[in-house]
Amino acid sequence: MKPYRGLAIIFGFYAIGELTSSALDLPVPGSVLGMLFLLGALLSGAVKLEWVEGEAEFLVRNMSVMFIPPGVGIITYTALIRSQAVPILGALIISFLVTFAITAKTVEFLRRGRE
Amino acid sequence: MNPYGITLTLVVFYLFSELHARKKAFYTNPVLLSIATIAAVLRLGGFSYDSYMESAVFLKFLLGPAVVSLAVPVYKGRETIKAYAREIALGTTVGGTVAILSAFYVAKLLGGSEEVILSMAPKSVTTAIAIGVSEKIGGIPVLTAVLVVLTGLLGNAFAPELLNVIKVQDRIARGLATGVSSHGLGTARIITEDELAGAVSGLAMALNGVFTALVLPYLIEIL
Repeated sequence: MKPYRGLAIIFGFYAIGELTSSALDLPVPGSVLGMLFLLGALLSGAVKLEWVEGEAEFLVRNMSVMFIPPGVGIITYTALIRSQAVPILGALIISFLVTFAITAKTVEFLRRGRE
Repeated sequence: MNPYGITLTLVVFYLFSELHARKKAFYTNPVLLSIATIAAVLRLGGFSYDSYMESAVFLKFLLGPAVVSLAVPVYKGRETIKAYAREIALGTTVGGTVAILSAFYVAKLLGGSEEVILSMAPKSVTTAIAIGVSEKIGGIPVLTAVLVVLTGLLGNAFAPELLNVIKVQDRIARGLATGVSSHGLGTARIITEDELAGAVSGLAMALNGVFTALVLPYLIEIL
């Protein structure tokens, strides 16, 4: 029965997050709220780590495959993507590299300043 | 409900994962190859995206519980995260802002249409948030979902290697840059190589998601 305790808690927090998001009409999705609530429950001791650890780590480690179905959605926009290939690919790649490098160097700089 | 979408996804992903385990090259990235292969199969076979999603939507649905589950690596890394709260907060704010502004202005400069620019702006955050934000600011949610996955793929395929190229060894900096720039897909990769960097990446992705959801709708008004 053990996996069901973990899954019930994880899906339960997801449901609570969704309920909160729609009830309060928040721009933040339910999954992120659910994550913050579960973190709060772990920190306060209301949920014990070993109740959810195995199931949560299974889901986190297998997250890659879950992005495939939304990614395949590309076939519904091939015409638009083809006609706008330069701005789309250019912005994707340049924005990624700039964000990535600036964030990494900012944090590294802040860390050095402390030591 | 036809079972082909989820079956095709699992079979294709399994095969490419086996290939990637042997080759370990960026061009064998199993997520990218799976998307390309499935898209080709649907195209050539004349199947619609909707018929594929009938059962494949189950995998996409699991993103919700998976994001909730990120609380566990964050909890396990809490001592380190607490000690570097200032760096994490500042890094997320700076990175999240740069992600939005760079996507917006580069797309605009290269002649992107308005719907493309607006769909592009929230691309660095996790799918669920990006879709919601895109809807709110007048983008195309399905296009945003695709852009989110493409951005994430860059992190999934290159993040650890790029960090080595720009010589960033600090584990907090490595995790934060990955999570802020390439959300869950970047996190999924880095967490298999370094659990602490992965936890920071997961937290950064959540914080950047909240930050983007709160700030972008207002920021877009003044851009």
